[in-house]
Amino acid sequence: MFYRETGQFKTNYADDMAIFPIRQDRIGIAIIIAIALILPFMVSDFVLKTILLPFLALSVAVIGLNILTGYTGLISLGSAGFMGVGAYACYKLTTLFPEVNIIIWIFASGFFAAAVGVFFGLPSLRIKGLYLAVATLAAQFFLQWAFVRIPWLFNYNPSGAIEVPLRTLFGMPITGPTAELEVKYLICLGFVIGMTWLASNLVHGRIGRSWMAVRDMDIAAELMGIKLLNAKLMAFAVSSFFCGVSGALFVFLYLGGAEAGTEFAIRLSFLILFAVIIGGTGSMIGSFFGTAFIVALPTILKFGAPAIGIAITGATAEKIVLMIIGALTIYLLIVEPHGLARLWQIMKQKLRVWPFPY
Amino acid sequence: MMFKKLALSATVAASVLTAGFAAQAQDAINFVHNTYRTGAFSGSGIPVGDGTRDYFTMLNNRDGGIGGVKINFEECETAYDTRRSVECYEQGKAKGTVLYVPWSTGATLAAIPRAHIDKIPIFSMGYGLSASAVGDVFPWVFNMPITYWDGANAFIQHVAQQEGGFDKLKGKTIGLLHLDAPFGKEPIPILEALAKQHGFNLKLYPVAPAEMQNQSSVWLTIRRDRTDWVYNQGWGAMNPTAVREAARGGFPVNRLVGVWWAGGDDDARPAGDAGKGYRALNWHQTGASFPVIQDIIKHVVDKGQSLAPKDKVGENLYNRGVYQAILIAEAIKNAQAITGKKVINGEDMRRGLEALNMTEAKWAAAGAPNFASPVRVTCSDHNSQSAVYVMEWDGKAWKRLSADIQPQKDQVRPLLEEAAKAFATSNAGWPTRTEACQNNS
Repeated sequence: MFYRETGQFKTNYADDMAIFPIRQDRIGIAIIIAIALILPFMVSDFVLKTILLPFLALSVAVIGLNILTGYTGLISLGSAGFMGVGAYACYKLTTLFPEVNIIIWIFASGFFAAAVGVFFGLPSLRIKGLYLAVATLAAQFFLQWAFVRIPWLFNYNPSGAIEVPLRTLFGMPITGPTAELEVKYLICLGFVIGMTWLASNLVHGRIGRSWMAVRDMDIAAELMGIKLLNAKLMAFAVSSFFCGVSGALFVFLYLGGAEAGTEFAIRLSFLILFAVIIGGTGSMIGSFFGTAFIVALPTILKFGAPAIGIAITGATAEKIVLMIIGALTIYLLIVEPHGLARLWQIMKQKLRVWPFPY
Repeated sequence: MMFKKLALSATVAASVLTAGFAAQAQDAINFVHNTYRTGAFSGSGIPVGDGTRDYFTMLNNRDGGIGGVKINFEECETAYDTRRSVECYEQGKAKGTVLYVPWSTGATLAAIPRAHIDKIPIFSMGYGLSASAVGDVFPWVFNMPITYWDGANAFIQHVAQQEGGFDKLKGKTIGLLHLDAPFGKEPIPILEALAKQHGFNLKLYPVAPAEMQNQSSVWLTIRRDRTDWVYNQGWGAMNPTAVREAARGGFPVNRLVGVWWAGGDDDARPAGDAGKGYRALNWHQTGASFPVIQDIIKHVVDKGQSLAPKDKVGENLYNRGVYQAILIAEAIKNAQAITGKKVINGEDMRRGLEALNMTEAKWAAAGAPNFASPVRVTCSDHNSQSAVYVMEWDGKAWKRLSADIQPQKDQVRPLLEEAAKAFATSNAGWPTRTEACQNNS
C-alpha cells in the first residue's frame, strides 16, 4: 500500500536502467539527503564528531571493500593499508602543492591508493579465497611498515605523525583545528554522496555486471568473454580508490592529525570487513548499515547506556561491543549471508504487499 | 537508514542527558581521565589508571577534595585506540573537564591542535610530542617530567658510570632495542649524536609491532654483534619478551636497561629468576611505604573502593598513576590560589600547571617524601627535564641502583626548540603565544 510500483510505467530504456526506478525510492532518498543536510545543525558537537564524521569517512571505505568483496567476490584484508596510502598521498600532495584546493587532493589521493591496490591485486589472478586474503594481508603489513619506515612520507617529522594543516575553501577553513565541525561534515557528506553515486552507477553498468559474473563463477565469466585480468584489477583499483579517499577524509576531516602508522592497522581492516559482512555483501545500502553499526554501537553503549541509568563502565562496554560484533558476524555469516541489507529488503517486500504481508 | 536514525536519536537523547548531568555538578571540579583497561596494552593501562583513580578517591574521602571542592573524577575507556580517544576528548569537553590526559601518543597528537581552541590543557606525562616541552610554542601542552631524548641521554650517562667514565665508551657497542613505531624511534637522533661524541658504535634493533612477542632473531643478532649494552624503548608485551629472550640468549640482563615505560613489575616478573638484574629508568620510587600510599590503602583500598588488588598497590606503574595524580592535584591547588576561585576551569588549570613547582618540601607535604625528584615548570619549559635514576629488579621488586642522573639540558633543549619551531612552521597558522606568563613563585 505504502510502497507499490503499480501504475509507474517505464516507457524507455533509460527509465528501466535508472538507479531508483520506483518513485517511492526517489522520494525516500531525497528525504534522507535532506535530513542529512540539516542534521549537523540539530545534533550536539559530540554526536557530530564521534558518530557522524567517522560514519561518513568510513562508509566510503566500506563501499570500496564491498565492491571488491561483495560484488567481485575477492576478499581483502588490506583496506586499512590502502586507506593509509590515501591519507599519506593527500598529506604529501597538500604539503608539496599547498595552493591547490584540498578537496581536489582528497579526491586525487584515491588514484595513488588505486595504483597501489592494482599492484597488490595482481596475485588475485592466480589465487582465490583464503590464499588471496593472505596476499592482501601482506599488503596491509607492508604498507604499515612503509608508513613507519619511510620518513619522506611524513616529511621527516620526528614524531612520525601527519599534522593536518589549515586549508580553506572560499576563505572558510575546512581542515585544520579551526574548521567548524558542520563544515567538515558537509564536505564529507558531499564526498559520500558523490562516491556512492559513482559506485552505484559502476555496479549497475557493464563493469559491475562483469564483476558479478566473475564473483558467481569466474570460469563461466571467462567463457562469456569477460577478461578476468581486467575485471579483477579494475575491481581492485576502484575498491582501493574508495579506500584511499576514505583514508584522506578520515585523517583530514575527522581525526585532524594522527600517528597514521598505528591508525591504519590490521584492526581497522577487520572492522571494515565486519561492516561489509554485517551490512550485507553486494549491497550499497548495506554498506551504510554496516558502517553505522560498527561506528555507532560502541559509542552508544559506552556513553548512551550510563546516561539512561544502566551502570556499565567503559571497559565493560568495550568488551560487550567486541562480543556483539563477533557474535553477530558469525550469526549473519551462517543465517543471513546478505546481512542487514537483506532485512531491509524483506521489510520493503512486506510494505509492498501491505496490509497482508506474508 | 532506519538503523542509523534509531542510533542517532538514541545518542541525541544520551547526550542531552549527559549535558544535564554536567550542569548538576557545578560545585565540583570535573576531570575526565583516559584509561585503557582493555586491548593489547591494558597490562600497562590498568595499574596506571588505578593509581590515578585511587589518589583522587582518597583526596575526596580524606580531605573532601581539593580546597574544599570535590573532584568529580571520571574514567573514559580508550582501549589505546585513537578513535576511542577522540570520543573521550569530546566527552571530556562536554562534561567540562579541566584537563585532558590522553595516555597515548596518537591521541596526544590528535588533541594538540585543538587545545588552545577548546581551552583544555593537555598533560602527557613523559610521552607524546617531545617538542611540546617548549611552552613558548605549546602554551597548552605539558609533558613533565622528562622527554625520551633525556631518557636516552641518561642511559648513556649510566653506561659511562658503570664502565668508569665517558672515555671508556670508545669502541663499545651500544644497541637500541625499539618498537618500530614513532615512539620507539624517538631516541635515535640523540643516540646518534652521542655516539659521534663519545665514539661508541650504535646498533639499532627494531621490533615490529606484530613481532613484539617473537624476538628470538633480534636477540640472535644482538649476540652476533657482541653488543655491550642494550637500551629498551618498548611498551606493552614487548618488554617481558625482551627480558626473557635476553636471559635465554645469554645476554647479561643487567646490561639491558629499559626506558621508564619498560619498567613495569609485570615486565620483569615473567622471566622468573632469569630476570634478576634487569634495569630500567624511573623518575619516582616504588613500594607502598609512603604515607600517601598508606592513606590510599586506608581510605580507598580497605573500603573496597579500589579496582586494584591490594598486593598491586605500590607497584611501579601504580605509583606512576599516583605520581601523575599528585602533580595534577598540585596544579589544581595552584590554580585555586592564583585565581581565588574554588571551582576552576581549563584556562585556570593551564595557569596552575604553568606555575607548578614541586619542591622536595611539597613532595613531603603531599605525603610522598623523597618519592620523586623536584619538578619545576616555567612558561617556556613545560617539561622541567627532571632527574631520573636506574633501578634493578631483584626477582621480587624494584630496587634503587643509581643516584639521581640529571639530564644534560644544554644538549637536549636546543633540539627540542628546533623541533618545536619545525612544528610551528609546518602547521601554517599556528598561533604565537598570547597567554600571559604566570610568575613562578
